[in-house]
Amino acid sequence: MPKPHLSLLLALGVAWLVSAFSGHLDPYHLDVLIGVGINVILAVSLNLIAGHTGQFSLGHAGFMAVGAYAATAVSLFLGPRLIGDSPAQGGFAENALFFGALMAGGAAAALAGLLVGIPSLRLRGDYLALVTLGFGEIIRVLLQNFEPLGGALGLNGIPPYTTPFWVIAAVATTVFTVGCLVRSSYGLGFRAVRDDEIAAAATGLHPARYKVVAFTVGAFFAGVAGSLFAHFKLTITPAGFDFTRSIEIVVMVILGGLGNTLGVILAAILLTLLPEFLRPVAEYRLVLYAALLIALMLLRPQGLFNFTVRRAKSRAPV
Amino acid sequence: MTEFLQQLVNGLSLGAIYALLALGYTMVYGVLRFINFAHSDVFMVGAFAGLYLAPLVPADTILGGVLVVLGAMLICAVLGALIERFAYRPLRNAPTLNVLITAIGVSCLLQALGQLVFGAAPRAFPAVFPARALSAGGLDFSSNQVVVLLVALVLAVALRFIVFRTKMGAALRAVSQNPRAARLMGINNDVVIRFAFVIGSALAGAGGVLYATNYPSIDPFMGVLPGLKAFIAAILGGIGSIPGAALGGLLLGLVETFVGGSEYSTYKDAIAFALLILFLLFRPAGLLGKPRVEKV
Repeated sequence: MPKPHLSLLLALGVAWLVSAFSGHLDPYHLDVLIGVGINVILAVSLNLIAGHTGQFSLGHAGFMAVGAYAATAVSLFLGPRLIGDSPAQGGFAENALFFGALMAGGAAAALAGLLVGIPSLRLRGDYLALVTLGFGEIIRVLLQNFEPLGGALGLNGIPPYTTPFWVIAAVATTVFTVGCLVRSSYGLGFRAVRDDEIAAAATGLHPARYKVVAFTVGAFFAGVAGSLFAHFKLTITPAGFDFTRSIEIVVMVILGGLGNTLGVILAAILLTLLPEFLRPVAEYRLVLYAALLIALMLLRPQGLFNFTVRRAKSRAPV
Repeated sequence: MTEFLQQLVNGLSLGAIYALLALGYTMVYGVLRFINFAHSDVFMVGAFAGLYLAPLVPADTILGGVLVVLGAMLICAVLGALIERFAYRPLRNAPTLNVLITAIGVSCLLQALGQLVFGAAPRAFPAVFPARALSAGGLDFSSNQVVVLLVALVLAVALRFIVFRTKMGAALRAVSQNPRAARLMGINNDVVIRFAFVIGSALAGAGGVLYATNYPSIDPFMGVLPGLKAFIAAILGGIGSIPGAALGGLLLGLVETFVGGSEYSTYKDAIAFALLILFLLFRPAGLLGKPRVEKV
C-alpha cells in the first residue's frame, strides 16, 4: 500500500478515536480543534490554486460562502423532508444527510470555481487577483440580496452536524487529494504552469486546462470547509465571508510558503491558535497580529516554514 | 430631467472623492507595480486627522475648512512616507506577491491601531466647512458637495502641474515608464518613489476629510470599501494613467449614484466589481491606458 494511502487511513483512524473520546475532552479544545481543521482545509485548497499553480486568488472566502449556503440549504430545507423532523442524534440518517450536504456544498463551490477559472485563462498576476476579489465581493452582495437564503441577516438555526470526526476526516481527505494530485505526473503540469506558462505551452501542455482544474478542485474543498463552518457556527451571514476572510486564508498560504503543503498546514494551525494565545493581551491582539505579518514578510519572505533554499529567479528586464 | 441633473451632481461629488483616492493608487502602481492596500487606511487616517483638527481652527468658515484639509494632507503625507520607508523599501527587490502581502499587513495594522487610538465605534464628524443648502434651477444640493468638487478640482490641477511641469514630475513619469533607464539617467528612484507616496497619501488625506464632510460618520474601517472602489476606478481609467484615474473615479461615482437611485439600489456595491471584471476581460488596459504586449 502506498505511503499517502496509509497516512489517509491512519488519519481516519485518529478521527474515529477522537470522536469516540470526544465526551472526555474539554469542549473548548474541541472547538479550537474544529476551527483549526477548517482553516487547514481552506489553506491547503488555496495552496493548490495559488501555490502549486501560481494563480493568485483573493476570492477564496467567496467559494467558502457558496459551499456554506449550498450545504445549509440541503440540511435546513431539504433535510427535514428527507429524514423527518427529529432523527436520532448522531444517527445514520443524520450523518448521511450531512455527507450529502458536504458534497452539495463542495459541488456548488466547484461550479463557482469553474466560472472563475474561465476568466483566469486570459488574465494573470495582479489582474487575476482583482477579478477573484471582485468575484468574492459579488457573491457576498448577491447573497445579501437573495431573500430565500436570509438576505443580509443570513441563516440561523443550522443543525450542529459538524463533529471532530467530520473535520479530521475532511482535513485528511483534502491533504491526501491535493498531495496526490500535485505529486502525480499530471500534477507536474500545475508546477509547469506556475513556473513559466509560455514554456509550458511550448512543451505541449494546455495551461488553460490546468488553471481551470486547479480552481475547480481548490474551490470544491473550500466549499466543503464552508459547509463544515456553517454546521459548526450554526449561523451564517454574507458579511462573514468578506474580503478580510479571504485575506486571512491568503496569509496562511504565504506564511507557510507557496506550494509547501506541510508549511501551509503548520501556518494555518499557528495562525488559528495565535489569537487564542493572544487573548490575555486582547486589546493589542490585532495590532500584534498585523505587526507580526509585516515583520515576517520582511525577515522571512519565503514563508515561515519553508526551509528549502530556492535559487533566486533572474529578474526580467524592467 | 431635474432628477437626472440632481443625481449627476451627487454622482460627481462622490466620483471626485473616488478620483482623489484613485490618483494615489495609480501613482504608486505606476512606479512600483503593486496594489497599495494600505492606501484606503491612509484615507481613514485623513478623516480622523480632520476630526481632531476641527476644534483647533475657526469654526464654520471657509478658512477653517481649508486649514483642516491642509492639515490632514500633511499628516497623511508624513504617514505615507513612513509606510514607504519602513514597510515597502526593504522589499524593493522582492517578488510582487510579498509586497502585496506586506501592504495587506500595513492595512490591517493601521485599522487595528485606529481601533485602539480612535475607538471602534463610529464617531460623528463635525461640520468643518460652513454648510448651506443651495438651490439653483430647481436643483437642491448642499454647499459641501460644491466644496468637494472645488477642492478636488484644485488638487487635480495642482497635481497636473506637479507631474507635467516640474522636474520631480518628469522624474516620476520617467520611473513609471522604465525604472532602470531612469536610474541610468541619474534619477534617484528611491526619492521619486517616496515622492509618489507623499503626494498620493496627501490626496488620500484630503479625500478622507471630504468624504467625512459628506458622510459624517467615521470609523477605523471606513476606508475599506471606498478604497477598493477607488482602485477599481483606477483600473477603469487605465492603471498608471493620471488623467485616467480622475476619469475612472468620476465615472464610477456617477454609475454608482445612478444605480443607487434606481430600483437596483441594493446591488450598488456589486456594480463596481462587475464593471471591474468586464473591463479586465475586454479592455484590461482601461479607458486611457496603453495596451501592453507581452514579450517572451
